[in-house]
Parts: sequence; structure tokens; C-alpha cells
Amino acid sequence: MAAPLVLVLLVAVTVRAVLYRSSLAGLISERVEVASPLNAWKRVVEGLALLDLGVSPYSGDVFHETPLVIYLFHFLIDYAELVFMITDMLTAVALYLAIQDYNKVLFKKQKLLIELDKYAPDVAELIRTPMEMHYIPLKVALFYLLNPYTVMSCIAKSTCAINNTVIAFFILATIKGSAFLSAVFLALATYQSLYPLTLFAPALLYLLQRQFIPVKMKSKDFWFYTVQYAGLYLASLVVIVCLSFFLLNSWDFIPSVYGFILSVPDLTPNVGLFWYFFAEMFEHFSLFFVCVFQINVFFYTIPLAVKLKEHPIFFMFVQLAIISIFKSYPTVGDIALYMAFLPLWSHLYRFLRNIFILSCVLIVCSLLFPVLWHLWIYAGSANSNFYYAITLTFNVGQILLISDYFYAFLQREYYLTHGLYLTRKDGTEAMLVLK
Amino acid sequence: MGLLSDPYRRRALARLLLRLNTPLCALSFAAGLGWFLGLAFQPCTLRAYMSENAMGSTMVEERFAAAPRALAYARQFAGHKKAARGMPVAWLEKTMWNLGLEVYKQTFSRTLPFPDELRERYMVKGTNVYGILRAPRAASTESLVLSVPCSEGQHNNQAVGLMLALASYFRGQIYWAKDIIFLVNEHDLIGMEAWLEAYHDVNVTDVLSSGMLGRAGAIQAAISLELSSDVITSFDVAVEGLNGQLPNLDLVNLFYAFCQKSGLLCTIQGKLQRSDWDSLPAYLHSLQTMLLMVLKQGSGRPQGDHGLFLRYHIEAITVHGINSFRQHKYDMGTVGKTLEGMFRKLNNLLERLHQSYFFYLLPSLSRFVSIGVYMPAFGFLILILVLKALDLWMKLSRCDVDPAEQPCDGDPVGPVASEEPKPSLLTLVPPLLICHATGLALYSLPILGLRMATRHFPVSESEAVVLTAIAIYVAGLALPHNTHRVLTGAGSDRGWMMLKLLSLLYLAMQLGCIALVNFSLGFLLAVTLVPVAAVVQPTGPKPLQAVLLVLVTPAATLLFCIFLYQELVECPITVLEGWQQFLQAIAEGLLDHHLYGSIVFPLVALFVYPCWLLLWNVLFWK
Repeated sequence: MAAPLVLVLLVAVTVRAVLYRSSLAGLISERVEVASPLNAWKRVVEGLALLDLGVSPYSGDVFHETPLVIYLFHFLIDYAELVFMITDMLTAVALYLAIQDYNKVLFKKQKLLIELDKYAPDVAELIRTPMEMHYIPLKVALFYLLNPYTVMSCIAKSTCAINNTVIAFFILATIKGSAFLSAVFLALATYQSLYPLTLFAPALLYLLQRQFIPVKMKSKDFWFYTVQYAGLYLASLVVIVCLSFFLLNSWDFIPSVYGFILSVPDLTPNVGLFWYFFAEMFEHFSLFFVCVFQINVFFYTIPLAVKLKEHPIFFMFVQLAIISIFKSYPTVGDIALYMAFLPLWSHLYRFLRNIFILSCVLIVCSLLFPVLWHLWIYAGSANSNFYYAITLTFNVGQILLISDYFYAFLQREYYLTHGLYLTRKDGTEAMLVLK
Repeated sequence: MGLLSDPYRRRALARLLLRLNTPLCALSFAAGLGWFLGLAFQPCTLRAYMSENAMGSTMVEERFAAAPRALAYARQFAGHKKAARGMPVAWLEKTMWNLGLEVYKQTFSRTLPFPDELRERYMVKGTNVYGILRAPRAASTESLVLSVPCSEGQHNNQAVGLMLALASYFRGQIYWAKDIIFLVNEHDLIGMEAWLEAYHDVNVTDVLSSGMLGRAGAIQAAISLELSSDVITSFDVAVEGLNGQLPNLDLVNLFYAFCQKSGLLCTIQGKLQRSDWDSLPAYLHSLQTMLLMVLKQGSGRPQGDHGLFLRYHIEAITVHGINSFRQHKYDMGTVGKTLEGMFRKLNNLLERLHQSYFFYLLPSLSRFVSIGVYMPAFGFLILILVLKALDLWMKLSRCDVDPAEQPCDGDPVGPVASEEPKPSLLTLVPPLLICHATGLALYSLPILGLRMATRHFPVSESEAVVLTAIAIYVAGLALPHNTHRVLTGAGSDRGWMMLKLLSLLYLAMQLGCIALVNFSLGFLLAVTLVPVAAVVQPTGPKPLQAVLLVLVTPAATLLFCIFLYQELVECPITVLEGWQQFLQAIAEGLLDHHLYGSIVFPLVALFVYPCWLLLWNVLFWK
């Protein structure tokens, strides 16, 4: 089982090494879709230069990465390409191990439910077999490593790859059931880009499920475990933030990183929804709408937590997608992370309704980004509306894709308990309708 | 959203799509073509108007009266040109200096990848001379350009004379707020490219040029003047630039407005606007004009020196003075006044020209079709590909489902027939790779194999390049197109359906991207390729389909376009001449790519041609 993974890793390393040497590297690292103001390599280099001069890297308005990352590259600047390749590999391996473990858990659960007769009698074809689950971890690794989005992100040396690695390790730790490591990596991820904060809920739900603690408001165990996990998380967050403070001896990084993420002052075009909206808006409304947009990212956690209480990993996938769609400075690297999970839900394929159209939309939009950017910035004949129209289509496509998966997941669960061939009261065939 | 989420409606919609697919495709094609032809009909177009405030509100009074001086300069220039057997650099420098301009020269050299037989040049060396008139009222942050190509023979002498006369007149005025650059460029487009690259301090093509010593500010607009006679009867304005880029419509409107003011006749594509519009000949006339524009824009070639400015975000047009057999002639004074008026209006600009349209088609000078009006024509054509792709997708996913179950509608509820052997996606990889490798060969081999070809065959270098290209193009048809047989034993319908689905989507994506950058090229390719791509399949009359497919290959489209163009400019050619021009067009396409960075050749060689080969593959799928 390890041999194919090694092969995939080798292919991925080769592709990256070749691209680093080609003339495309310079081109890709300039693309706004790949490098956002938060994670562009250029800005990291600028921060390093300031640090070497003995000035606070946050004194200009260029650098917005966290202190830990800048100290990491302070030592590894000469091996930057290697670092980014290794982070990608680590992410893939972590995802591989995590999904392998999760599949075992899923299979055990399915077996248990069959034995308990929880499933309807005619759902045999919905039951998952070890045969079809066998290659899923490999496919996940493949989807992450050879996804053009990931490759471009790595070639552009966008620090987004590091965030992805941290999140992948967090998922691995969670699935392996280590509350302590999970909390530490979640704290790291939060420290890196703030939004993974919302992954707290799915992780907690999964860990509770693993400990067989029911999610009940009155249960003492539930509250004990929640407080314990939250305590671990907050403690590690405090430790990391204090460590950053001692590294730089100033609190400059708080407004410069988190203030920058939350108040969205940099309106460079990207694949997200913020830039055009706030570029068009009158200044005195912008505070209100920044709040609305940011609450939007965090808000979905509550209804999803209620609906997907029993399925925390799917919840985590949806949450990752929501973060990468609605965050303030999204890049294609973020999208690559949640897209890596798509093979895990390949059993939902038969319930997906618009997968063909949506994948076409996403591919066409990815191709049109550079074309319209060229027309807008270089040729000067198109304008920002053209580019934003494509951004909007791209995001609508992603949202529809996620809601398609969400609906398919719910539909499958419903069929599993109620039987595949539903009949109406009068005996005719019935169909599930989402309203 | 109801349509998407309600399974009953989805099923109905899917059935409708499956059953009515062919009529819908035919309807869509007719709609697309009809829409396009309708664009030339006057009520469907918009009246041209000036959007830029700075140009509309102020009237200027033209006082240029140095027509005799212009003619004198022209004669002197002609004499010195003859003596120097090329550009009289020293004389130009001296004359400009005497007029009170800051004069600089820039030398450049460029070796072409292969000799250009049409213009007889291979190793080009030249000098551009330009003089800057510094604005007395501003700090050299913005500038305008009046450029005149110095061509061989007696050509264009009057343009140089008029430019010098204008320079001497402009020098005496106090109202200039932008620097004006008077440029005489040698070797037309090559010199222009060298000058623009040096001015902006970039090196896009491999021109070797001396650095630039003097600059004015950022160039806001440029006018390129071509004038070969002492009197003219009309002006012809050329707008199409490199890769089909167009200048802002306001600049064209401005020129037209001044022509009207001074009573000059003004044509576009060599066609004078008709006064009536509601008769068939009038409609055909504007259709011809528009088709000429589509053909010229689609070729991606700059139709004058202005074409290279557009890449640098500078609005520019080329103005040709034409002396035909009409009765009424205009002298240099009128021409000079028109240019003076334009420069004074451009001088008033507060910001770059950006208010008006950048994407338009011109059925006449006073009417235009904007992007929102012409895009649906293209959209209808792309819709055919999408409909066909959906049809194939639904048929393919129906194969997954047990035939006893209800036909699949993208909402498959039936059990998967997993026993049936399915050809994997791997079968699609060899055709894709082979087709793209052929495309890559077509792109790179003609130039790389140039030396070898001339050594072994008795042909000139230019012929060698063109013939290699054609040879590779034709050889692509004979490549091993049945690699899938080796991989799996699947000779089922699934194989070709998947390949066709892929190539249809690929084609739709390519055409969409091309049409955004260069509508005309995208439309020309779409209108030929799309219908055949939609019908092609391995079953049915194979020879007929093969002939159809060959007729719509991009090279054949080019050949037809040449004949159509000659018909439209009213000088029909014989088949042999057409073939000669076809060979020439290929050579020029290659040269344009290497000299100015035109993207038409690489686009066709690397993407459209391989996609067409995929369709060829579908046809011969066994």
C-alpha cells in the first residue's frame, strides 16, 4: 500500500522540481489567484529583509505573515523551495494516514449499524465495501499533490501551503483521537490564519464520538470533555502567541496579521468576494459590511453543527470549503485543500446532480481568470467588472458544488434509514425533493 | 433554482434536451449566424457618440496654413532620401533641430527567423528619428505621438513633409499641455516595435536597439499618418491592431468628427458610408464593411503602425490619405487642419481615453456594434457544443444505469451495472498526448528544422518553413489514431463518446477564451468548426464526414478567408493566386509571431489544431 504513495510523491516532487526551474515559476508567483497579500512569497522576503536589518518586519505595510513563519524562513531561506515541497508532501502523507484511519472507523461503524439492523433492508447497494474504500486514501493524496492549484501554490511559494500542512496535521491528530495534539495543531492553524477557529466544533464532535460521549446539554461528561478540549486549545494558543511576542518583543503582529485579516484593508483583486465589493463601497459603510462578511464565514458553523452532529468529518470538509470560499484573502491553495477530500465522498457520486456542469464551470472559470486579467491589466480593454464576474461565477460554482455534496450526503443518509425505494401512501414510487 | 432542485422538472428538462437535441442545435446555429448577419443592419446598431467630456465640449479653431511649406519639406525629404538611399537621418535631425525640437535618434537591428520574401528583408538595420516638442504649460508627464513611417521609394514623402510643417506650426503655439513626439520610423512595424520597446524600456521581442536618451511623458494617444500624394480625395482609417486589439472608440469618433467638420470624405475598410440604410444594397454594403473588419481583426495582424501601440495601453489609429479619381480634392492645408484639430482635442484630455468602448465592430464609421450586442451571436454557437456535451454526458451516464431502469437524467437512482467492462479514462490519454505532440511539432519544427530543410531540398528558406508547416499539418491526419485498441479491448461506443465529450468541452473552452481576446478570430473558428464538431461520429457516412471535417480545419478556414477577403475588396483572384497568398499568409503568420508576438499562430498550432485532431480521432474510432 505504501508503494503507490511513494510513487505519487516522487511524481509530485519531479513536477515541482521541473516547474521551479522553468520560466513559468516567475509568471505563476505573480498571479493574484495564487498569491494573496497574506501569503505572497515576495512579502515574506520583504519581512525577512526588514528583520535582518533589525527593524520590526511589521513596520511597513507589506508583511502580514505570523512571526513563527518568518523565523522558520529566517533559518531556512536558502532551502525555501525544498521547504515548500516538503510541506506539500507532509500534507499529503498526513491526509493519507488520516483518511486511512477514518475509513477503518467508518467501516466499523457501518458494520455495527448493520448488525444492529439500523439500516433499511433494500439498501445493499448503498453499503460501502472495503474494495472500493481501499484506494480512497491514495486518491486523496493524489488529488492534493497533483491538483494544478496545489502545484501552482507550491511553485509560487505561497505560505498557504504551510497553513494547509498544519490543518492536515490537525485532521490527522483528530482522527487518531489525540485530543492534546489536535488542540495544539488547531491552535497553530488558528494562529496562522484565524479562520480555522471554526474547525473547533467538528473536531470536538469527532473526539466526543470517539470517546462515546453523547452530545447532551445535561451530560456531565460532555461538559467536562468540552471544557478540557477548549482549555487545551486556549492554553496552546496563549503559549504560541506569547512565544511570538517573545520572538519579536512586540505586539505589532496582532494588528498586522489579525487586524489585516479581519478589516480587509488590502483590496488587491483575488478569487474571493471581498475586493470588488469594498472597492466599490462608500468608506463609511465599509465597517458594517466588513462585519457582515466576516460573520458570514463563522455563522454557518452553528446550523451545520446541529445538522451534521453525527458526521463530524463531513462537517469538517464543508467547513473547510466555506472558509476557503468566504475568507477575506482566499487563494487557489485553500481551495486545493478541500478539493483533496472529494474522493473521500466518491460514494455520494450517484446522488450528485450537477457535478458535470459544476466541474465545467470551475474549470472554465480557472482558465478565464488569466485571460480576463490580461484584458483588464495589460490590454486595458476590459475592466474590473469582467474579472469580478468570473470571480463571482467561480464562487457560485464552488458554493453549488458544496451544497450539492451536502444534499447528496443527507439524501444518502435518509435512504440508508428509510430504504432506497420509497413509496408514497398510494403505492407509487416517491422521490425525495429538497425544498 | 427550482429547476435545479426539483427532480421532476429536472427529468422533464433532461428528456427534452435528449429528444430535441438535434433541432435545438440547428436552431442555435441558425440563431447565431442570423444574429451575426443582423449586426450589420442599421437599426440593430448604435449611433457612434463621443463619451469623453474633455473632447466634446470644447471647440477648437484650426489655423494651420503651412501647406506650401509641407510640400517643400516633402520635396526636400524626397531628394535627401534618394541621395542617402534610405532614411536621411542627418537631414531629419538637422531639420527637426532647426524647428526647435529636442531631437534624438535610436538605432536598432533585428535578424528575422527566416527571410521575408514579400518585403525582401532578412537582417534589418535601421534608425528611428524623433523630435520632442516640450509642452510649455506642463511638466512632461504626458505626451502624444504623431508617427510617420519612412517607407522605400517615393512612398510617404508627403506625410513626412506634413509632419514637419505641423511641427513647426505647433512649436509656435502656447497652449500645449502635453509633449508631442514627432517620430519617423524606418522599416515600418519592426522600427515601430523597436521604438516602443526602447521607449518603455522592455524587451518583448528580440530586437537589439540602442537605449533611448530622451523621453517625454506617458504616451496618451498616437496617430500614425500615411500620405503619398500632394492632394487627397479621402481618408481611410485603420483600427485593427496586434491580436485584434482595438483602440478606444472615442479616438475613431474624434477623427470622424474632424473629417466631417472640414468636409473630408472618410472611409473605413476602403468603403464609403452610404446615405440610405433601408435597401438591400445598403445592407449588403455595411455587411461587407463589417465582414472586412472581422477578417482583418481575426488575422491578428496590425493593419498599420498604430497596431503596436495598443499593446502598451496607448490608443492609436492609422490614417491613410487616398488619392483616387474623384473630382473634389483636398490640399495639405485641410489635412493639416484636421490633424491639428485632433491634437488640440487630445491635448485637452484629462485622463486616458477610457470612457468609450474597446470591444466593437464597425459596419460604418457612424455606427457601431458593442460587445454586449455581438456576443450573443457567439454564445449561440457555443451553446451547440454545450448542448451536445450534455447530450453525450447523459447518454454516458445512462450506460452506467441498468437499461431496465428509468432513463437516467443526472439523478440516477437505478443500480450500477458494475459487471459491464468500462473503458477507463486512461484510453483518452494517448490521443490527447499524440495530438498535442503534433501541435507542438507544428509550432516549433518549421523554424528549428529550417537549416536542415534548406540543405536537403532545393527550396528557399521561406518556402522551406511554409512547406514544413504544411507537411506536419497534413501528416497529423495520418498519425496512429487507434492507440486505444492496445490499451483495452473496448471497442464500445463509450470510448468515442468520452473522447468526443472531451474534445467538445475542450473546443468550447478554447473558443470562449479566444473570443474574449479576439472576437473575430473566435467567431470565424466557431462558425466553421462548431457545426461539424457537433455532428462528427464514427457511425454514419464516413467519407462525407471526413470531407466536411477537412473543410473546416483551421488551414482550410484560412484559405476560404483569403478568397472571401479578395471578393470583398472587389478584386477576385484565381485559385493559383489564392494558393500563393495562402502560402504567404502562413509565412507572415509565423513572422508576426516571432517579430511582434502575435498569438494567432501559436494558438492555432498548440490548441485549435490538436483539438481538431481529436475530432478526427473520433471520426476514425473503431
